[in-house]
Amino acid sequence: MNFPIEVNNKIIIARKGETILEALTRNGLKVPTLCHMTELNPTGSCRMCVVEVEGKANLITACSHPVEEWMKIKTHSPRVVNARKTNVELLLSNHPDDCLYCDRNGNCELQKFAAELNIRERRFTGKKNKYKTDPSGSSIVRDQAKCVLCGRCVRTCDEIMGVSTLGFIGRGNTTIIGPSFNRQLNLSSCIACGQCIMSCPTGALHEKRHSADLQHALHNTEKHVVIQYSPTLSISIGEELGMKPGKDLYGIINAALRKMGFDKIFDAAFAADLYIVELAAEMEKRMRSGGMVPMFSSDCPAWVKHVEQTYPEMIPHLSACKSPQQMFGAIIRSYYTTTFHVDIDNLYTVSAMPCTARKFESKREQMTQKGISDVDAVLTTREFNQFIRLNGIDTHQLEPEISDSPFHVQSSAGKLMGATGGLTEALIRTLYSRLAGKEIAQPKITEVRNVKDYKEYYMKIGEFKLGFAIVNSVKYAEKIINEIKAGRDDIHFVEVVACPGGCVNGGGQPFSNDQNIAKARIKSIYDNDEKDPIRFAHKNPAILDLYREYLGQPGGEKSESLLYTTYSKREVSL
Amino acid sequence: MKIASKKSNPAGFILADKGIVTDDDRLSLLRRDTVVKPAIFIGTSTCGIVAGALDTLVAVKQYLEEKQIDADVVETGCSGMCINEPVMDVQLPGKQRISFGKVTPQNAGYLLDHILNFTIPTENVIAQYPHGNLQAWEDIRNINEIPFFRFQNRVVLKNCGIIDPSSIEEYKARGGYKSLSRVIMKYSSDKVCEIIEDSGLRGRGGGGFPTGRKWRIALNTPEDERYLICNGDESDPGAFMDRAIFEGDPHKLIEGVIIAAYAIRAKRAYIFLRASYKLAVQRLRQAIKDAAAAGYLGQDIMGSGFNLNIHVREGAGAFVCGEETALIASIEGKRGTPHTRPPYPVTKGLFGKPTVVNNVETLANVPEIIEKGPSWFASIGTATSKGTKVFSLSGKVMYTGMVEVDMGTSFRDIIYAIGGGIKSHKRLKAIQVGGPTGSCLPEDSLDETVDYETLTKAGAMMGSGGIVVMDEDTCMVDIARFFADFLQHESCGKCIPCREGSRRMHEILQNITQRPPNAAGYETLERFKGVMQLENLADVIRDTALCGLGQTAPNPVLSALKYFREEFEEHIFDRHCRSGVCRDLKIYYINVDKCSGCTLCLRKCPTGAIIGSPHTPHFIIEEKCTGCGICFEICKFVAVSVK
Repeated sequence: MNFPIEVNNKIIIARKGETILEALTRNGLKVPTLCHMTELNPTGSCRMCVVEVEGKANLITACSHPVEEWMKIKTHSPRVVNARKTNVELLLSNHPDDCLYCDRNGNCELQKFAAELNIRERRFTGKKNKYKTDPSGSSIVRDQAKCVLCGRCVRTCDEIMGVSTLGFIGRGNTTIIGPSFNRQLNLSSCIACGQCIMSCPTGALHEKRHSADLQHALHNTEKHVVIQYSPTLSISIGEELGMKPGKDLYGIINAALRKMGFDKIFDAAFAADLYIVELAAEMEKRMRSGGMVPMFSSDCPAWVKHVEQTYPEMIPHLSACKSPQQMFGAIIRSYYTTTFHVDIDNLYTVSAMPCTARKFESKREQMTQKGISDVDAVLTTREFNQFIRLNGIDTHQLEPEISDSPFHVQSSAGKLMGATGGLTEALIRTLYSRLAGKEIAQPKITEVRNVKDYKEYYMKIGEFKLGFAIVNSVKYAEKIINEIKAGRDDIHFVEVVACPGGCVNGGGQPFSNDQNIAKARIKSIYDNDEKDPIRFAHKNPAILDLYREYLGQPGGEKSESLLYTTYSKREVSL
Repeated sequence: MKIASKKSNPAGFILADKGIVTDDDRLSLLRRDTVVKPAIFIGTSTCGIVAGALDTLVAVKQYLEEKQIDADVVETGCSGMCINEPVMDVQLPGKQRISFGKVTPQNAGYLLDHILNFTIPTENVIAQYPHGNLQAWEDIRNINEIPFFRFQNRVVLKNCGIIDPSSIEEYKARGGYKSLSRVIMKYSSDKVCEIIEDSGLRGRGGGGFPTGRKWRIALNTPEDERYLICNGDESDPGAFMDRAIFEGDPHKLIEGVIIAAYAIRAKRAYIFLRASYKLAVQRLRQAIKDAAAAGYLGQDIMGSGFNLNIHVREGAGAFVCGEETALIASIEGKRGTPHTRPPYPVTKGLFGKPTVVNNVETLANVPEIIEKGPSWFASIGTATSKGTKVFSLSGKVMYTGMVEVDMGTSFRDIIYAIGGGIKSHKRLKAIQVGGPTGSCLPEDSLDETVDYETLTKAGAMMGSGGIVVMDEDTCMVDIARFFADFLQHESCGKCIPCREGSRRMHEILQNITQRPPNAAGYETLERFKGVMQLENLADVIRDTALCGLGQTAPNPVLSALKYFREEFEEHIFDRHCRSGVCRDLKIYYINVDKCSGCTLCLRKCPTGAIIGSPHTPHFIIEEKCTGCGICFEICKFVAVSVK
């Protein structure tokens, strides 16, 4: 039911049951919000969206109050603006005041409010809370001093991710946010997905930066710097350069990296193909030899940590395959260095990923050879963007180039892994070929191409009737795990991505308020799949070369020693 | 000395031999219309215990043991006259109950010696309780003749301090649980709501929402389950009415809870009170157990098919948990922080179900309304505020304690007629009503009456029901600072205006009342600017805070600014505190004529602000002096003075 309400002396049409904020937004009226998160119930803690409603003694929050027919609303009256301004000034009065040194400088919601509300003087001065930063996590750094306690990270961690690492601690003006018992992040149940960073309006949460280290290596003539970048990057950096969301900049990245002076530039979609081939081999082996099924995907390091700490009894279900990043790291360190006669001591491998958990993954004990990590540094998409700017590359003047051989060919199957359901689709294509002995007629599997929280797909391949479960965000994994424990046996493969929507929405992606951005990126992935000449991981000629020249066969002895890993139970404070 | 003892039962105690034959006899014994042996009542509520009632109790028991006297020793709640604690009442067979105040282990024996021999001691006698059938003591006032009680109308506190709170039988003998029987036997839920609506009962917690209407909204919300919560999270400094009811007459509250739950068809009720109210928790739990044993709780209550269980929840003492949504979160096991309304608890509250949250006093009124009818209740009080209100009267008043007066009584009557006026004949400066989020009213508000509308208009609120009387020795700026400090500690930290604003408010006030560590030339300007900010800040906090606590947090500051502005100005511009409370503003100096140069002050001064050599007069360097007053206290020659 629609009805008119009066806003700022003009009539707008509101819908029954929606909040004032929704009605205003739909009618093109912007009210600032800080703690508000679309999809989640309003908490009303920041009081930024207050509006004046005639007949109400106090200002009311637009985000939580349902719109009613009698309402006469003023969204920017002097009383309202003064209230918002005072509240922001109060936040600033307990803020470190060091914008120029802040990770979020130029990209901070608090800064934006201060500018919009024209705050030009420190009216409130007084004691500020002093906190130390927590640099203990290998992916995420927390700086309580910059926290405005909007609670978005807490709700993201709890309500969206279902991990519940972060929570409020203490009361009043000494309230802080932290893991349980206010212990350090590295001892906590944090899975390093980085979604909290994405939700943080200020610099209170950010990734652990590896770019300075990389800059040193890059300019050290003795170092042989190799970069692998995720295919998700090429569809994620466009917006910052003023392009349409989802625009594929595949060749431009290669050109930019080459200009910066990287010795070798590899697209990690190659490693994704390798992962799919290995995964299909492992899957077949498990199916044929009565191994532990269902097999859980192992490409998402946040998911892997979640299993290790929350469901340690399910560890045997995890695929033994390393993630694409670590497979590539291992291949570069072994095959690449021997073939191209690179001194292994001077090798510096960088990976650029839309992910924060990859930083943690690269530091896993199992991912090292003789104490040295296969991947030396991991950049997030945000760091990658910044790194391009730091090195003064004008991407607008670059012509597309291709990545370096011998890993210069990628199939579109590996690139699907950026979206939820993509791994399953790519796996089915290769698995079909292995189990049925022929190629699948229709490689496009529409049923797995959506961003539902949980979906199942059944398919008969050769003699097997296989069930695939696709879990979008770790929050929804609990159900299927409990069912498996209870004896459910019609599911053979479980794909889990920690971040809702998949890697396109990873914790290392550029900040954005646009809800549709992840969808645009997913669309770009699927569009690419339609027009790519190679749509099967096992048909990638570079992959075939690698097996012929070095690895032997998928799941072979060499693969097992290089590309397989182990997991162990983790004791964390839950 | 002739002492009544077990062996030689004197003529006065004849009833003991008559035996109990009928129910009426039993009831009259429980009502103590008569006693068969001496009954000694000792008020062992928290207020009594603090005053030493437990020691008195031990002494009395020891006395009876030694003298081998057969007497009932009954522990009661608080009668409200806290100034006289520990209170001991004695009722001898055939005689009216007589009350003694300030009974210590030392004088207990002396008092008992007298009274058990039917003589009246000269001291410590308060009054006697009139009773038609019993013989009065000569020359002793009746309890309702003393001013403290004369102007009160005790409805909620009727039984407090009189009955044994641990005995359900005594409560029943005085008409307890009759209202419940009537409700369950005769009335529908709808009818109960109607009765309460007709009575005009409004919530005693703060906002004053009509109780009957609240119940009806909950009753009419279609859901499979509803909850009733009794909010006993009384956390205001200077408020202790709920505690008195828990400790003095728990069954009255329980009866009210059961009736309310019946009215909204709740199967489960929660009573939330502070864990630090140890005795209250203990007596309440016992009372619930007794009520359940008597069939008033549990399955199929009195054969009506109505089921109810009462759960006691102990809060950890956060002030904000008195706010209903925070209280609900706390019961749910979450952080005690409020959430936005709507949805209101009455439609979506505890565990997402319709929930009525009522104050202790509100619910304690319910059995009386059912018993005497809505028109009786509506006849008390003013046009919009019906019934009585219990206040905790404290501060610089002669008789502190708990008073229950009709709505519409003036502050003057409460403070002067009941409270006996200001201590030491000083002048009244302010009346602080409504707890820490209430207001400070000036002397000319004395004729304001206590009802919802007048109080709201005066910038105060019924709130907790605490009345703190302040005399001219109180600094209003310091009071504002004290409450700002209280609130910044009690803010839950969820919303920005309350969390950050209350702290800044406190700091601004601190700047005014204290001496800055580094005095600079522009400090007066800074302080002045601070006060300018203070008003804006207070307005914004009131306008935008999430919950009732935040919205009312600036009340003490705003009211102090409104009524006592000149004191703020004195503090800011003259650096002078007229009541001498703000230590930092005191300027000490040494009277040259009186100083003998003993060097004592010089040696004791913690900041080295005093200079001088032995046997010559000393001086205080003002810039270094923190105003601690040590020199003033220790000078043997009274040479140190305050400006």
